[in-house]
Amino acid sequence: MSIIVYSLLALGGVALLFAAVIYFVEKKFKVVEDPRIDEIQEILPGANCGGCGYPGCRGFAEAIVKTGDFNALFCPVGGNDVAKKAAAIMGVEVQEKAPQIAVVRCNGSHEHAPKKVTYEGATSCAFAHMLFAGESTCPYGCLGCGDCVASCTFDAIYMNYETGLPVIVEDKCTSCGACVKACPRGIIELRNKGPKGKRIFVCCINKEKGAIARKNCSVACIGCGKCVKICPYEAITMTDNLAYISFEKCKLCRKCVSECPTSAIHEINFPPRKTDVKNTNEVEA
Amino acid sequence: MNGLKTFPLGGVHPDDCKFTAQKPIEQLPIPERVYIPLSQSLGASSVPIVNKGDKVKTGQLIAKGEAFISSNIHSSVTGEVEKIDEWIDTSGYRRKTVIIKTTEDVWEEGIDLSKEIKREITLTKEEIIQRIKDKGIVGLGGATFPTHVKVSIPQGKKAEFLIINGVECEPYLTSDHRLMLEKAEEILIGTQILMKAIDVDKAIIGIEANKPDAIEHLSKIAQNYKGIQVQALKLKYPQGAEKQLIKALVNREVPSGKLPIEVGCVVQNVGTAFAVYEAVQKNKPLIERVVTLTGNSWHGGNFWVRIGTTVQFLIDHCGGLPTNIEKIINGGPMMGKALVSTDVPITKGTSGILAFTSDISRRVKIYNCIRCGKCVSACPMGLEPVTLEKAAENANWDIAEKYFVLDCIECGSCHYTCPAGRPLLDMIRLAKNKVNQIVRSRVQ
Amino acid sequence: MSTYILSGSPHVHEQQDVKKIMWGVIYALIPAWLVSIYFFGLPALFLSLVAVASCLLFEFLIQKYLYKSNELTITDGSAVITGLLLAFNVPSSLPWWQMVIGSLVAIGVAKMTYGGLGKNPFNPALVGRVFLLISFPVEMTTWPKVSPLSTSLTDVITGPTSLGVIKEGLMKGETISKLMQNVPSYTDMFVGNMGGSLGEISALAIIIGGIYMLIRKIITWHIPVSYILTVFVFTGILWLINPEQYADPVFHLLAGGLMLGAVFMATDMVTSPINHKAQLIFGIGCGVLTVLIRIWGAYPEGVSFAILIMNAATPLLNNLVKPKRFGGA
Repeated sequence: MSIIVYSLLALGGVALLFAAVIYFVEKKFKVVEDPRIDEIQEILPGANCGGCGYPGCRGFAEAIVKTGDFNALFCPVGGNDVAKKAAAIMGVEVQEKAPQIAVVRCNGSHEHAPKKVTYEGATSCAFAHMLFAGESTCPYGCLGCGDCVASCTFDAIYMNYETGLPVIVEDKCTSCGACVKACPRGIIELRNKGPKGKRIFVCCINKEKGAIARKNCSVACIGCGKCVKICPYEAITMTDNLAYISFEKCKLCRKCVSECPTSAIHEINFPPRKTDVKNTNEVEA
Repeated sequence: MNGLKTFPLGGVHPDDCKFTAQKPIEQLPIPERVYIPLSQSLGASSVPIVNKGDKVKTGQLIAKGEAFISSNIHSSVTGEVEKIDEWIDTSGYRRKTVIIKTTEDVWEEGIDLSKEIKREITLTKEEIIQRIKDKGIVGLGGATFPTHVKVSIPQGKKAEFLIINGVECEPYLTSDHRLMLEKAEEILIGTQILMKAIDVDKAIIGIEANKPDAIEHLSKIAQNYKGIQVQALKLKYPQGAEKQLIKALVNREVPSGKLPIEVGCVVQNVGTAFAVYEAVQKNKPLIERVVTLTGNSWHGGNFWVRIGTTVQFLIDHCGGLPTNIEKIINGGPMMGKALVSTDVPITKGTSGILAFTSDISRRVKIYNCIRCGKCVSACPMGLEPVTLEKAAENANWDIAEKYFVLDCIECGSCHYTCPAGRPLLDMIRLAKNKVNQIVRSRVQ
Repeated sequence: MSTYILSGSPHVHEQQDVKKIMWGVIYALIPAWLVSIYFFGLPALFLSLVAVASCLLFEFLIQKYLYKSNELTITDGSAVITGLLLAFNVPSSLPWWQMVIGSLVAIGVAKMTYGGLGKNPFNPALVGRVFLLISFPVEMTTWPKVSPLSTSLTDVITGPTSLGVIKEGLMKGETISKLMQNVPSYTDMFVGNMGGSLGEISALAIIIGGIYMLIRKIITWHIPVSYILTVFVFTGILWLINPEQYADPVFHLLAGGLMLGAVFMATDMVTSPINHKAQLIFGIGCGVLTVLIRIWGAYPEGVSFAILIMNAATPLLNNLVKPKRFGGA
């Protein structure tokens, strides 16, 4: 009987001692933190993708509480909902931002831009970009090693092995921008998603002269300027033999799409046209 | 073969495959068109001083190296500048290139074309360096570092040795070997000129033991030249790398991140010594070089090739490629670059063109790393390639920097020896590039 | 036009790959295997075949049905090595089903859970062996006496190993000189005429295999030499202090699994350090631990535990001990 009593006393004493130490430490070394940081972190998606430019969601929450600047700080994954909730916590108003999506601006598939050399070596676009111009020898085109796929934390990009180009899964893309940073050639761009997902963009970033670009890839932008002329909203600009459609100015009239001689301008999520049907992925040789 | 010197750390022994060692250097005819890239040396690219339609003579200056680290470029043929346009380089990127359509072969005035060997050195030290700069001499070993920069000893430093690199440790290549056999006297005079330029009285010519004829030939002639010693070296790759060669010959270690002058050495290739001789004694700019054309089953030979000649022209001259060729390499098999196309021109840095058949053109099968440590034993810089590869794979550039990725000389010994066929050097190159960017941004 | 191949340098490669290395190790194991079949007869042959077959089978099943991988690595020979080494580390009288369990632990737990070849932190065969030793202590420490060319699969006469004789005797307070009469002569121990696990008995056969691996450049001398030398020096010192309490160093080299461990197990590339300096430390650590366990531990033999403990220290050694850097301060 006495053994039980002694052991109870001994263990209980130890427990009490530890409790006292923990209490003391908790009081003495307490870090006072703005409770709003925790609150904001609660409503953040928690993916820690770094799309906001801060290391992880907590870093972002701290930045919001510190600066309160909702124009500069935006969580692309959570989008406007999160921004609104966070602003409510901070007690400020916030302007809505248009939802964005990553867009692959290269259509140099194996079919359109035939292989001239076969690459062997490390599966890394960053290295391939250092080493050579690319299998189709287009120095601007997609290298197809999948650095963007590896960088995506949301499983929103996969490699289509038939074309050798990455494909973005629209429902999953959170426009965090990781792939934009991962691509050594800057092929991927974040563009406005557009009403009902409708958007038009130039699917090429080749700045070479038309003849050279065309030699490597049948669907390259050749810088002819037809789209610039036909655009009624001045949304298209031409720099270094390359057309660029501003997603802010574009009114989605689709005139440029049918005008482009190399079908380098793509339209997405539009209903099929009655006449002159032209699928985005189908191109005349 | 005991008592031969070599470097102690790491190294591998690839089969040397010097198939064209016995083929004398032939003169390659002048092609119809030459493509002279404006970026042929390390550093800034040169600025063209000719325009479309200009008539140029062989040896005429066509582009000036204006930055400190850059070099002059001369026309290698006589003809008309067709255009100054972009043309593919070895990796398939387009670079500014002067395209000249050739007519006849008329040399610029003041160039001594006689075969006579001119032994007496009349120019002063400063004049020699100026001449080397004017005539566009760059390191012909492959790195194409402008020679005038290398022989301008920085303030506060003192050179003690001139080291002439006749190692040619890359398998297959024989251009330096042939040059040493055929132009030995000129190389030695070039060595003396370089000795005068950097103000030293000792020069060592290092040659690997697989070229006994060159060692014997050069040693015999070198007896007439004061201060020049020929040293035979044990066969080991990468002995031709600057730091390894210095270690092997004078047993000094260039500190990490420093240049050879730090230990009082200046290293020049034998081809460069010859080019220096021609520039200083004959007033001839660097417009042609020796190129070895060979392969694992097909051997062309050694050629004097005018800069700007396309690889295709050289190959056609040797009767065209067999159909089973799968890979063309500019340079040696250990450090050379695979070519995207044979339309690429031969530049000052091209020491050889290799054509590999499908037997050896492909990479070996990749397994998981089995941590055997062979790459660690093979690394001549004492690095751990396996650690660096893993760091690069995980984009962990801090780790890569911490383990001295910038010390890597890209010799390829690690990848050569890796039984698992890991793309070690690929990833290390990537890491080097990234870490370099990080270091540069930190400085700013 | 045919397309050229483009890759970074180097463009040539040594004629050595993982498969060749693995099969090289298997060839090196053959002498020891033949000796074990000679001295222990058919049971040894049967047991080693069971071990190899089950290792291959488990690796295949795990890869195919758990990993759902299309690439099968059973042909690279690493599973064969694991099987052979596992069989080499058990007594020939072990029931075959225990051998299969050992293989499952070796391949399934110690190798494939980490991602297969090259990723395991511990030597799979040793993990299997230690698992068996702890789970089936009786079967794993019942050593059949050698009966050259025996064909019988049952009815074996058993006896203790030399290390067991010494350990038990010392515990009873007997002296070494008296106990030494009960162990085989050194010549017998050298060629393998002694009781023990399948593959560990013949130092000669193991040394032949080791020399073959050195010539083929599969292993380097660093680990085996530092390991064996450490055991020799350590036991030598103890023996000089009190030859009646501690057995002499030659006995320690020839007895038990030291040779097998030093040449085949500690040199396992995957679980040993990557640079030579760290490998020397690794070997010394194995040697010290082996002697500590043999002389002061509860088990008569300590090679397996010593190597496993040093396996655990390998990442640390890799981190702390770096090769000499060219031009480094």
